Amino acid sequence: MSAHLVTDPNLDAADDFYAALTELHRDLDEAESAKVNAKLILLLANHIGDAEVLKEAIALARPAEKA
Amino acid sequence: MPKTYQNPRYPYRRSVDQDRDKGHHPVVIVGAGLVGLTAAVDLASRGVATVVLDDDDTISFGSRALCFSQRTLEIYDRLGLGEKLQEKGVTWNRGKVFFRDREIYGFDLQPEGGHRWPAFINLQQYYPEEWLVERAAESGLVDLRWKNKVVDVGQDDSEVTLCIETPDGPYELTCDYLLAADGARSQVRRSFGLAFDGQVFQDRFLIADVVMKADFPTERWFWFDPPFHPGQSALLHKQPDGVWRIDLQLGWEADPEEEKKPEKVIPRLKAMLGADTDFELEWVSVYTFQCRRLARFRHGRVFFIGDSAHQVSPFGARGGNGGVQDADNLCWKLAAVLDGRAEESLLDSYDTERIPAADENILHSTRSTDFITPKNAASRAFRDATLELAAELPFARALVNSGRLSQAYCPPQVDQGSLGPGSPCPDAPLQRGTQRAWLLHQLQGGFCGIYFTETTLSTEESGKLARLTRDHPDLKSLVITKQDCPSRNNGTGAWQDCEGLFEARYGTTPGGFTLVRPDQHVVDHWPVLDCAAVARARAAALA
Repeated sequence: MSAHLVTDPNLDAADDFYAALTELHRDLDEAESAKVNAKLILLLANHIGDAEVLKEAIALARPAEKA
Repeated sequence: MPKTYQNPRYPYRRSVDQDRDKGHHPVVIVGAGLVGLTAAVDLASRGVATVVLDDDDTISFGSRALCFSQRTLEIYDRLGLGEKLQEKGVTWNRGKVFFRDREIYGFDLQPEGGHRWPAFINLQQYYPEEWLVERAAESGLVDLRWKNKVVDVGQDDSEVTLCIETPDGPYELTCDYLLAADGARSQVRRSFGLAFDGQVFQDRFLIADVVMKADFPTERWFWFDPPFHPGQSALLHKQPDGVWRIDLQLGWEADPEEEKKPEKVIPRLKAMLGADTDFELEWVSVYTFQCRRLARFRHGRVFFIGDSAHQVSPFGARGGNGGVQDADNLCWKLAAVLDGRAEESLLDSYDTERIPAADENILHSTRSTDFITPKNAASRAFRDATLELAAELPFARALVNSGRLSQAYCPPQVDQGSLGPGSPCPDAPLQRGTQRAWLLHQLQGGFCGIYFTETTLSTEESGKLARLTRDHPDLKSLVITKQDCPSRNNGTGAWQDCEGLFEARYGTTPGGFTLVRPDQHVVDHWPVLDCAAVARARAAALA
């Protein structure tokens, strides 16, 4: 069976991660933020690797009205 | 403007068909460009005579297709032109990608050895065209008619009719089969009113061939957003004759007529090459591009090959190479049908095999274009993020898309260990005593059965092979041994798989038998030779 996207709580330290994420963008303008987010997505996507899991994540992220 | 090459002018000659009512020919080819000439020479190599009609009296201007892929070189080797292309062309396997002011990584398209031909050679399109015209003349089977402009085409169940204009006035002729190799603006396609749908890219590119002394290495260099051309992309290729090819992205707003003027082009090139570099313009063109194809490439007795059937963006060198592979796919089938060895229905497989290939080319070149020219802020953010990461982290290099460079089309494979049906045959070095050879060089012309064995065929195996080639005279056989066994193989014509690359690349084992089509594609593979199964597969490959 191929892996599925984990949507149950799975973060080690959720508040710390969220704070680090917003901290990352503190001094960035919109274009810089967009690029930093893109890098983060690419790094995490490569870590996941599994095409099915990534597909599920993309489907969940898509706005409901465009789905 | 060109200084390194003078286009030949081929004289118009009055043909016998102009003095009779509707001469008839088995095969007519419209368009004496790269693809039409390739088809004519391929058909001639199979004994099929053709009439080739071209509205001009010369071959192409400018470098145009430029990058000839390994598969194209393998095809031209079969047509006797491979070495000529390699000798004149600039061989390259490597490339570099730059982002802004730095190199982010380099790549090698053929990291492993054991191939007769490199990943690519660069050569101005007019050279192979000129040599194909020579080959066509030498064959005595190609009636090449310059200044013969096809103005209308029609067909019924039994034949195709062409209306042709010449300096001496119009004439008509008929044929059994018509190959439309008349390019992106195909008159044949328009005569039949066929839709040619797809995506137009809102961007313009400047191509310049410049003559200069420069010490860039023989690599494909691609820049994203370079300091000398901010916000756009640039591509540099080395050509023979001290000519360099430069492609500069201009954006959709650029005025194509203005951008072609030397006073516009020269400052752009000086910014790229440095103010001190002396260069002369050889050829300049401004283009936009589209990715589109016909719904079907076969229409009754008419076959569309090359740009008349499909158009792609230039990133990936998939236009010319795709067209040459169209010709490679179609010509042996047409020859087999014309001499009665195959059913007419075989010709439908041109559609079923080349449409997926065209779709793959369109998909890759569309994706490259989307990467090179981001459509919105989010895609630009992803692209720039990818490029910045690629400088440090190898994983991101797989995402950088400056053109996925043309490879032979391979249909989706069911993993059976060995190379599956439809796969293009990979090359491999072979040896017999002190003699070296290449596998693909042995697979030329007709069907070929490759029998792989440990040291030598057993009496039973030899018997089976002899029976097979006796029953099917158009089937050649090739014996390849795993081990060197010169004393026993002397005089048997066997070759040794001296580097083990045949076994590895074909996924075969001793005793295995691989049947190959006349266009060097795998029909099927059997772990043990079964003559009846091979005969059925050969028949199916002609059905």
